[in-house]
Amino acid sequence: MVTHEPAPKIACRNVYKIFGANPQNARELVDAGKTKAEILRETGMTVGVCDASLEIREGEIFVVMGLSGSGKSTLVRLLNRLIEPTFGAVEIEGTDITGMTPRELIQLRRQRMAMVFQSFALLPHRTVLDNAAFGLEIAGIDKASRYERARKAIETVGLGANSDSYPGELSGGMKQRVGLARALSNDPAIMLMDEAFSALDPLIRTEMQDELLRIQRETPRTIVFISHDLDEAMRIGDRIAVMESGRIVQVATPQEIVTNPANDYVRSFFKGVDVSRVFTAGDICSRDILPERAVDGADAAAQPANDTAAVLLDTARNYAGMTANGANGAEPLAAATPLSEMLHVVANAPHPVPVVDPAGHYLGAVSQRTLLQTLDRTR
Amino acid sequence: MDALKNLELPIGPVVEGVVDWIQDNFEPLLDGIAAAVGFVTDNLEWLFLTIPPVVFALIVVAIGLVRVGWRFALFAAVALFVVMGMDLWAETVSTMSLVIAASLFAMGVGFPIGIAMAKNNLVEAVVRPILDLMQTMPPFVYLIPAAMFFGLGKVPGAIATVIFAMPPAVRLTNLGIRQVSEEHVEAGLAFGCTPRQLLFKVQLPLAKPTIMAGVNQTIMLALSMVVIASMIGAGGLGNTVLTGINRLNIGMGFEGGLGVVILAIILDRITQSFGETGRARSSLLRRAVAALGNRVPGTGAVPAQAPAAKRAAE
Repeated sequence: MVTHEPAPKIACRNVYKIFGANPQNARELVDAGKTKAEILRETGMTVGVCDASLEIREGEIFVVMGLSGSGKSTLVRLLNRLIEPTFGAVEIEGTDITGMTPRELIQLRRQRMAMVFQSFALLPHRTVLDNAAFGLEIAGIDKASRYERARKAIETVGLGANSDSYPGELSGGMKQRVGLARALSNDPAIMLMDEAFSALDPLIRTEMQDELLRIQRETPRTIVFISHDLDEAMRIGDRIAVMESGRIVQVATPQEIVTNPANDYVRSFFKGVDVSRVFTAGDICSRDILPERAVDGADAAAQPANDTAAVLLDTARNYAGMTANGANGAEPLAAATPLSEMLHVVANAPHPVPVVDPAGHYLGAVSQRTLLQTLDRTR
Repeated sequence: MDALKNLELPIGPVVEGVVDWIQDNFEPLLDGIAAAVGFVTDNLEWLFLTIPPVVFALIVVAIGLVRVGWRFALFAAVALFVVMGMDLWAETVSTMSLVIAASLFAMGVGFPIGIAMAKNNLVEAVVRPILDLMQTMPPFVYLIPAAMFFGLGKVPGAIATVIFAMPPAVRLTNLGIRQVSEEHVEAGLAFGCTPRQLLFKVQLPLAKPTIMAGVNQTIMLALSMVVIASMIGAGGLGNTVLTGINRLNIGMGFEGGLGVVILAIILDRITQSFGETGRARSSLLRRAVAALGNRVPGTGAVPAQAPAAKRAAE
């Protein structure tokens, strides 16, 4: 499988952010392996982000996770230069933005990127419509067309009935919908979301995550999402970067991070995660569990039942049935089934359960043993 | 000890020297200031006195009704009737025009200084002690240079008032802009604001309640100073009070004082009402519009639906 890797939408190359008088000095200390706390004690300088390198692909939701103070909010602000990087390069669509003039930077922010904030940052003296049209107004777009685009964005986030309300009249979830509409009205290629749903209560938060995923399905954008919420990261992230005291310690898919954490910090961080929601049948099935037997489609049912279970595959490697006592024609699991929904099937089956992809191809099987090993997070 | 007794710091003579020097070298500038302040003050007074008292009173009551509420409007009607009854209408209007003119100049100078303070820490470090000095200096002291530079009459009175009333406008403009939350500023910048757009579309609107509190204080200070400025011939209600004092005429002094109080309350409440933002203000006009809108299907649907939609979203 040779795929040509497209150029990353956003790339950070050895980016540092050091707050203090003599950053070169602090950088040397960082590179010499000193910790953030030691540098603060010795020099009084704060290391926000150190030696961050990452590539974010077009169209993915890239979650940056970490505890407060780990530098994740600083990192996202380096991407649109709300905070100036001290060293290193930040490339947006292949252009290094650290060398941009103020005018070029303003154009970039107006046309390519938008941002959503934790505490919404809506303007209380403007209506929902005027808040949503803010970015367009700043960019100098005339009233009629900016209202038209803002209205569309408000419809997208489901606030059509409230476009003349003021932010003070809305609930928290609705306010963040306005924040989202303000970002969407620019039709940006890149959205930066800084703890966008962290201030909302859990039910509304889940609702907003679904909303974001729906919008993302309809019009894919490159989204950088900052979060400290494990379940949120697992739920919406295509890939996750874990930060610890200014450093990026791992960048991987949710499944990879859980199965193969880079270090003890990441492992302990993800210990509490609900694996039954992270993994699907396709993730854990294995071809080694059941012997395979090729058959002609027609006589699958005619195979003799015996004590050793095996899967029957037709010539196109499609699942055709199983041989096991009382298991003829057993229903296979779809690859996308999350663990939480397949527990009872596997637990009640007298034999390993086969897994197929949407086209009917056989992928492997899940035994009670593999399931328990996956759920066992103590190792 | 003797040395200390004999020591005399020539602060008074130095200030005198500075005043003389300014008078000698900046005469055209001083004349220009006097002409500008005089022009605005005279025309405002002329305008206010040209409007028949009853019409003027009705306008004030109407503004009170729309901006503040019916209780205040009722108070204003009674209070203005009392002023006319005391035969102090001309004095009151004269004082009011002086207050408004001086406040306009104080804001015109104060807002830019306040904005510069908010944007630049060095400017703040320089201006802050000057403001402290201005605010602790007894108001009478301003009368002396004003009289020396501009003679006697309304114009020096107005100029002394401008200087005395300016600090709150500067201070609260600075404070209001600095109080705007970091995220709001970041939001403005993240969507591509230029520094000017950030100021006018984000910082100043969000600072407006604080700035309006400064405007309110400026007007109140201007009113108190205008009364004092009657000592250098600014006229108006202050003159009535001053005459009352000079003649030991308690009744006359009280009438003048009552006029000042009435003017203070009316100016205070009306300017305060401009500090409230959005729909937080529940004025009669807005409520009337909303009530009308609710009765006409289709036009006023938003206020009625908002709470329901809010519940649905939760």
